[in-house]
Amino acid sequence: MAVFEYAPAPESRSVVDLRPSYGLFIDGKFVDPTDGSSFKSVNPATEEVLAEVAEAGPGDVDRAVRAARKAYKKVWGPMAGRDRAKYLYRIARIIQERGRELAVLESLDNGKPIRESRDTDIPLVAAHFFYYAGWADKLTHAGFGPDPRPVGVAGQVIPWNFPLLMLAWKIAPALAAGNTVVLKPAETTPLTALLFAEICQQADLPPGVVNIVTGAGETGRTLVEHPGVDKVAFTGSTEVGRAIARSVAGTRKKLTLELGGKAANIVFDDAPIDQAVEGIVNGIFFNQGHVCCAGSRLLVQESVYEPVLESLKRRMAQLRVGDPLDKNTDIGAINSAAQLDRIRELSEVGSAEGAERWSPPCDLPDRGFWFAPTIFTGVTQAHRIAREEIFGPVLSILTFRTPAEAVEKANNTPYGLSAGIWTDKGSRILWMADRLRAGVVWANTFNKFDPTSPFGGFKESGYGREGGRHGLEAYLDV
Amino acid sequence: MSDVVEQSQRLAVRKTYKLFVGGKFPRSESGRSYLVQDSNVALASRKDVRDAVVAARAAVKGWAGATAYNRGQILYRVAEMLEGRRDQFVGLGLSAVEVDEAIDRWVWYAGWADKITQVYGSANPVAGPYFNLSSPEQTGVVGVVAPADSALLGLVSVVAPAIVTGNTVVVLAAEQAPLAAITLAEVLATSDLPGGVVNLLTGRPAETAPWLASHADVNAIDLTGVDDPELARSLEEAAAGNLKRVLRPPAQPTDWTADPGVRRMTAFLETKTVWHPKGV
Amino acid sequence: MTATTTSARSDLSELGRSEATLRTFLHGLPGVDQVGAEQRAAMLGTRSIKTTAKAWAIDLAIRMVDLTTLEGADTPGKVRALSAKAQRPDPADPSCPAVAAVCVYPAMVPVAAEALAGSGVHLASVATAFPSGQAPIEVKLADTAAAVAAGADEIDMVINRGAFLSGRYREVYDEIVAVKAACGDAHLKVILETGELATYDNVRRASWLAMLAGGDFIKTSTGKVPVAATLPVTLVMLEAVRDFRDTTGRQVGVKPAGGIRTTKDAIKYLVTVNETAGEDWLSPDWFRFGASTLLNDLLMQRTKLTTGTYSGPDYFTLD
Repeated sequence: MAVFEYAPAPESRSVVDLRPSYGLFIDGKFVDPTDGSSFKSVNPATEEVLAEVAEAGPGDVDRAVRAARKAYKKVWGPMAGRDRAKYLYRIARIIQERGRELAVLESLDNGKPIRESRDTDIPLVAAHFFYYAGWADKLTHAGFGPDPRPVGVAGQVIPWNFPLLMLAWKIAPALAAGNTVVLKPAETTPLTALLFAEICQQADLPPGVVNIVTGAGETGRTLVEHPGVDKVAFTGSTEVGRAIARSVAGTRKKLTLELGGKAANIVFDDAPIDQAVEGIVNGIFFNQGHVCCAGSRLLVQESVYEPVLESLKRRMAQLRVGDPLDKNTDIGAINSAAQLDRIRELSEVGSAEGAERWSPPCDLPDRGFWFAPTIFTGVTQAHRIAREEIFGPVLSILTFRTPAEAVEKANNTPYGLSAGIWTDKGSRILWMADRLRAGVVWANTFNKFDPTSPFGGFKESGYGREGGRHGLEAYLDV
Repeated sequence: MSDVVEQSQRLAVRKTYKLFVGGKFPRSESGRSYLVQDSNVALASRKDVRDAVVAARAAVKGWAGATAYNRGQILYRVAEMLEGRRDQFVGLGLSAVEVDEAIDRWVWYAGWADKITQVYGSANPVAGPYFNLSSPEQTGVVGVVAPADSALLGLVSVVAPAIVTGNTVVVLAAEQAPLAAITLAEVLATSDLPGGVVNLLTGRPAETAPWLASHADVNAIDLTGVDDPELARSLEEAAAGNLKRVLRPPAQPTDWTADPGVRRMTAFLETKTVWHPKGV
Repeated sequence: MTATTTSARSDLSELGRSEATLRTFLHGLPGVDQVGAEQRAAMLGTRSIKTTAKAWAIDLAIRMVDLTTLEGADTPGKVRALSAKAQRPDPADPSCPAVAAVCVYPAMVPVAAEALAGSGVHLASVATAFPSGQAPIEVKLADTAAAVAAGADEIDMVINRGAFLSGRYREVYDEIVAVKAACGDAHLKVILETGELATYDNVRRASWLAMLAGGDFIKTSTGKVPVAATLPVTLVMLEAVRDFRDTTGRQVGVKPAGGIRTTKDAIKYLVTVNETAGEDWLSPDWFRFGASTLLNDLLMQRTKLTTGTYSGPDYFTLD
């Protein structure tokens, strides 16, 4: 029993008004699927069913794409940039105003701690809409020629780790540039996207500009393969990304992919150790490690290996795992039973391959999907846990002796999404950054996101960038 | 019967038009006023200019230090508040079209807050092991002589681009268009804009502008509203005293409804280039 | 501090022998990244402490208060009143604990000593030419000895910031050692005046310097300069005492002082103690608040928890 036991501090669920069932959002209205069925979205922290959600069939996807096409031709494409901007500003403001509701719903459906959905996800969602709202009437200044044109209808498929944030990353630039969208949220986390559909209604967004088709992988496949889609944007696994890249081959569809990662977080012996430890913890345990750019490989310079490991363990013992709606929770629930199985399986492989596993003492709830924060020491480059994306709160720790060795190890992966560098020496940060084959390099920080800052990967972590001026390119006919 | 009529005719409460300095609405320290559209308007003096510059200077650190996102949010808030007072401006005799354009102009510049750096800055591939990045940065306090031909849209079009990048301004409102200017100040005062970012003086720019142009603690001056070429030349000469950045009056009358571009922002930006070696 | 392993305790007592060894050691401490440290402190500030945890934290915070009056206008009457309040902060509620200590100028020590005799409340006195520390060492030592002789069992000294900032660490060190000797059995709290140290790197170095020289507590501020205690500064100091104990085996206390006025603030500090140095520091023996107005807010919040309604300042005695 701790001396200072924090009493439960649950965020109220009452701000969320969940309906028992949700239809598809097509052409400005919620409609029942015509050739689809339905599925249940559950709270991963309790396994309670939150709502019944429509599963779109091919006919439904077709309807959505047609609605998007019509809106693109008749309304959104011809609309003046400054009016598109005003719609996006409206949406941004409504997101701010309904922020608490969105945060609670996100935590309920995804399992992430309310502190993260409240302080990170939802504010970033609003910021993203604000940022791209501002581009809608400034496209001629964006560096893509004097008269950049939209692409048309975008088919967008997003993952479950940051449901609403990934929606914002997809929809905000698409709409700013003058495209219309059909978006498919992940099957385990469709609810905030549906609430977003209500927000579009509240903003009087013209029908068909945003269409949300819920469903699983098959719905997503139907969407990206639909001939009426001009642009495909996907965030998710490298495996599915590869399949999509194949499927658009030979078409005129534009494609951007934001896929997996196995980022190295590199700690030098002159690093600000306390902040580095915070960065390591944030890098891998933020959002239960369900982060494509997670710092899942820790590379520590040998001369500080012991103190860093000890500080890390001490810090991990402070992590509070449990009820996502408790304001003091640091680590919430694993998003699904399937994901929990994968994390367990890879962790067992880690032990079987000879790495040493450690977790702080930690009581996990009986119901729901949970996994204690875990580190593996004695990991080598050859271990599967050092190569494969686990997408959970599991850190593999390796060591290095020289900067060149750190670069070599960091780059020795098919992925290339992100990397972290911890050192007090500025010139070394820049030297390392030049050599790291990764789309985002954080120095003395980690997992930082901003709408103005382009995000995306090298190599098998995908192509195209989301965020910033670069994020417009994917949605312009350039 | 006649009593009833008299009671139903409510006697209006008239507004006092004062200066806007440091987030407050003082009268001119000179105690002077002049008559515009049947209202007494404060006639600012050189000491009001001095006070306004002090207020503007004090506000630079906080305003320039705010995140671009935050500045953008505040400019957008100005648009929201202005929209709510649309009718008030129409009541001052402005056309609805002009008021709408003025609202939209705030929205346009709000969006620039976090984009001008991306459009106007650069990563420079110098021939050597150096990181090299150029970023725009506010110049500081900008004196603005507001145009006389567009009481609201023209005013907004000169103020918003100066402040969105982190400058603070001392604006000399056009002599015959002070009512819209002070009403706009009331909008600004209720828009989360920190006091001192915009300071607005009514009166005779021909009298006050020389003090602003020669003030050593002013970094730049926008002469857009100076119609007299001789005055413009003398103001530019005075501005040379501390090498103020000068935006000259337009050669042709300005179409305030046209796409303003980025020129009015870049006129009041410095470029800072940072070098840093790269090595283990 | 890099050797944080508890198994490898080091004897650092030789470090003060020369300027060079002291400098090498202090400059070899890991740096503090300002942004990261402030973000960590801000995150800890978002902890939500409610109901039972809040009640517990309020009582602990009351027990940690060094009830302070350090004004030129202090009178024996005021010091007596403060001493009475220290022992029974809420006369209406006997379950309310006493504070840790009363903190006064040396001239007021005899009055406070008499008022606090036998109460268990400690008597702290600022000494060493508080708050500037600008006096000859002989005067500072005499100041200290006089306060101890008059009954103070805790001495709050100020370091020589001028010497510290110009890198004369040995001078600062020697002065602390000398004052510690003059304290005898009294506990020595070393005020770093972090508001004048400018960087967190300096806060960390000054913390280690004070601990190496024998300080029993490290304290943020005099309360007499514009920037007093802040959460990130206290975080850095808590990391220092944690690492110092890991390295040497000796535990040192921490006292943020100045600027902590509300229960909400106090609870943020307790959370930071809990999640940085750890629960061993959650005791008045190892953590104090240098404050005056804080106590009344703690009492009001305590009343709110017991009665369910908000109280007002009229219901508690002025300090």
